[in-house]
Amino acid sequence: MINALLWTPLAFAVVGLFLPKRATGWWATLGAVATLAIAVGMVFDFDSGNSGLQHSVEVAWISGLGVDYSLGLDGLNLFLVLLTAVLWVGGIAFGAFREQERPQLFFFLMLLAETATIGAFLAQDLLLFVLFFDFMLVPFYFLFGAWGTDRSAEGGMTAPAATLKMIVYTLIGSLLMLVAAIATAIIAADGGQITFSIAELKQQGIGVESQRWIFWFFAAAFLVKMPAFMLHGWMPDAYRAAPLPALIVFSGVLAKVGAYGFLRVVLPVFPDATVEFQEVVLVVALASVLYGSVMAFTQTNVRLIAGYSSIAQLGFITLGIFALRADGSDGAVLQMVNHGLVVAPVFVIVAILAERTGTEDLRSMGGMAMRAPVLAALFLVVALATLAMPGSANFIGEFYILNGLFQEKIVFACIAISGVAMSAYYALRLYQRTMHNRLPDGVASREISLRDGLVLAPLVACIVALALYPQLILERTAPTVKQTIAAVKRGDAPEGKLAER
Amino acid sequence: MSFDAPTIDYAGISPLIALTVGICVVLLSAVSPLRRWAPALTMVTLATAAGLLIWHWGENLDLVAGALRLDDLAIAISLIAILTAAVCVLLSIRERAVSEAGSGEYHALLLGSVLGMVLLAQAENLVSFFIALETLSIPLYILCATNLSREGSLESGLKYLIVGSLGSATLLYGLAFIYGGTGSTDFAGIARGMAHGGLIGDPLILIGIAMSAVGLAFKTSIAPFHQWTPDVYEGAPTPITGFMAVATKAAAFAVFIRFFDGALGPQVDDWQPALAALAAISIVVGNVGALGQSSLKRMLGYSGIAQAGYILGGVVVATEAGASSLVFYLAAYALMNLAAFAVVVARERETPYGDSVRAVRGLGAERPLLAWPLTISMLALAGLPATAGFIGKLYLIEALVEGGYTWLGVFIAVGTMISLGYYLPVVAAMWMRGGEAPSGAPAIAGAAPEADPVDPEAGRRWYLAGPALLAAAATVFFGVIPQPLVEFAERAGASLF
Repeated sequence: MINALLWTPLAFAVVGLFLPKRATGWWATLGAVATLAIAVGMVFDFDSGNSGLQHSVEVAWISGLGVDYSLGLDGLNLFLVLLTAVLWVGGIAFGAFREQERPQLFFFLMLLAETATIGAFLAQDLLLFVLFFDFMLVPFYFLFGAWGTDRSAEGGMTAPAATLKMIVYTLIGSLLMLVAAIATAIIAADGGQITFSIAELKQQGIGVESQRWIFWFFAAAFLVKMPAFMLHGWMPDAYRAAPLPALIVFSGVLAKVGAYGFLRVVLPVFPDATVEFQEVVLVVALASVLYGSVMAFTQTNVRLIAGYSSIAQLGFITLGIFALRADGSDGAVLQMVNHGLVVAPVFVIVAILAERTGTEDLRSMGGMAMRAPVLAALFLVVALATLAMPGSANFIGEFYILNGLFQEKIVFACIAISGVAMSAYYALRLYQRTMHNRLPDGVASREISLRDGLVLAPLVACIVALALYPQLILERTAPTVKQTIAAVKRGDAPEGKLAER
Repeated sequence: MSFDAPTIDYAGISPLIALTVGICVVLLSAVSPLRRWAPALTMVTLATAAGLLIWHWGENLDLVAGALRLDDLAIAISLIAILTAAVCVLLSIRERAVSEAGSGEYHALLLGSVLGMVLLAQAENLVSFFIALETLSIPLYILCATNLSREGSLESGLKYLIVGSLGSATLLYGLAFIYGGTGSTDFAGIARGMAHGGLIGDPLILIGIAMSAVGLAFKTSIAPFHQWTPDVYEGAPTPITGFMAVATKAAAFAVFIRFFDGALGPQVDDWQPALAALAAISIVVGNVGALGQSSLKRMLGYSGIAQAGYILGGVVVATEAGASSLVFYLAAYALMNLAAFAVVVARERETPYGDSVRAVRGLGAERPLLAWPLTISMLALAGLPATAGFIGKLYLIEALVEGGYTWLGVFIAVGTMISLGYYLPVVAAMWMRGGEAPSGAPAIAGAAPEADPVDPEAGRRWYLAGPALLAAAATVFFGVIPQPLVEFAERAGASLF
């Protein structure tokens, strides 16, 4: 079952290469829907009281090097996998409704990216995780570079240049992570049989000295991916260049792999370094919240508003994780799903607006709500969820995060709250400037087309469903999170800094 | 008086005999009606030699009174060299250089070089080591210059001759010091002499070690002894460039690891930091040098320097894991490079741009069957996952970290990052609009008038597309299912220790 979840997209991708051009989009959508069906099946099948791995598979892959093909689901990755499956259906369907150049290759790469991303979430072997983490970049490199938009006329970069920048940035972290992963396994084995199994590495543990540098190698990879403040240089250019179907899934899911990496690898395997560097990471995360928010309400390009708001949101998620309390991390996992669900519709709407107005500049938009009440209503739900309106699941996520942070580091929490206020500002600004005000000359407001509605409405429905029943995620996540956090605290026990209060 | 003739293990030296006979037959075919069959005869010879080598897999024989040792390492490296030579023969079909030099001569020289490589991979004695190295090199000097009508080719041959001779002389001088100090030409005898003769740290021995390291660094194009590489690679006929880049490197690294980890093993503490420094310099110089190259052959030359730095890491750690990772990386390196060179050859014949990056622009839409292998090759050389290149780097870094050289592992990671800056623009040129490589002066090789398209359908020829596709497919296969190649490398590595 878990193998089917991972390989279904790839199987559809390969078959799609040989189909006629017009059929590939629908075939790919079918593949994404099939994957989603499997993912939903696994959520129903999930035993929510269990904190350990479920559906796990473990086969020796490269026995000489100690690498296993090991997959498993638990509270940390269950809903991230589901999010991946949902957003890919959206992204691929959105792409299928539109004319694509070289569609066979386009949809092949989209589905390949889905397999890579699900693999990164499912991997329970450190090296397999690194492999999928790096491999995710390959399809996106081609998608962004070959189907992207050339921004050199507007003073930006060409698509290949922007993509190269993104790849170099993100691989800097990933390659150091490869060295760090190998070093972890070798140090933990201490001359014995090398294994990369995350569970066993957690058991064996490594010395504090080694943890210090290894921690930063991993943190570099994850923080660049998010991206965090100071490491986000690739984001504006890549976001402007990216083709929208790919950007929908990229912004919705890939950033979360970084945050997830902290929960899956860093906290359990390097508990001492995590406690030691907690405040450094919190400072970076806080800076991301403030910087991302400020940038989001000063930008005029709608893609960049969404991009910078993601930096801020990922900052929140990191704050929640590094509160090193169960409620903070619960909130972080919930918020990862929430953010994916709101940022993807934002990009769908951006695409619709850009098609109508011929620009992605906020200053030349407006007045869309007049003739398009359904689009406006859908967007309003998304905007309110983005600003974490009470009643939305985002509110609950941010509440958990801030609650965890308050108990742990009150100063950080106080500053972080300003980020919540700012998110209200940029979300509403985006909504007002596009939907209200006057229509720009020569632009006609139209209702959302049925085909776009088919993409957008289910995503919004997911937001509403989660708002009504966030417990769906929280109760399945909590046991695993509790165990993960407990492992960090155990490492810190002698000093008692984090002992249960 | 009775006289015991030394027993000669004819079975053990049969691969060498097969190659030697092959050289004679191919050379004689040039003056016989069989002339047109020289490539086929060469392939038969290579296949026979490969078969005989595989027959001895796992036997680990000492041959010719210990001058040669046919162990799994030697067989593995020889097989890589033979495979490369076979691909080179295919790529040479219809190559201008072949008709200019004469098919029989060209292929006989190629086989001569292969003979040197197979011999070098087995060398266990200073004399056989040096003779094998020269047997390998001298035919290559000539082969580089076989494209008689092009100045670049002659320049390449002459440059390689001069620099190669300098390297050989330095090496020979170093070997003399080592012989002088230990009184033995046998690798095992040298190790014994060093360990028991109180020679650890002896200045003359250290000079000898340093000079032999320099000589081998010339042959493997390790920086700072690499300056000849880009020029020679660019000027030589492309099939020969591919052969040199892969097979020479493999054979030279085989003797590198056998000599240093075996004969000089007792002195490991003295040479280890020096070789590690050479590896690090090579990684930096190669990767930085490759940035901004507009000639694919020059770019692959610089990338070869960087890759040699990675591979040298396998020698540095002086462990079994190091030797295994070296063999694995060489095998992966052979596959990745052969795919790239096959495509470069095809495009050289199809377009008037020679080996310039312009020759592959828009290849993704025009010739997907050539674009895929080159794409896979570039991604694999850049060490991206799901290719043998990733597993190779993983293997090397694992060996380095285990051997206490984590910093060199970090260097490999950093070098890999820089390398994206020149591998990915090639991919971009193939698949993406406006995705040209950094605009430099038009490649000199590309602008040469004789580089006019000779065969607009070259990309569809089986002897060019076939090797490219197979090598690329193998690169992906061993990236996804690496276990067979890992076991092969482990066997080879284990035979050394």
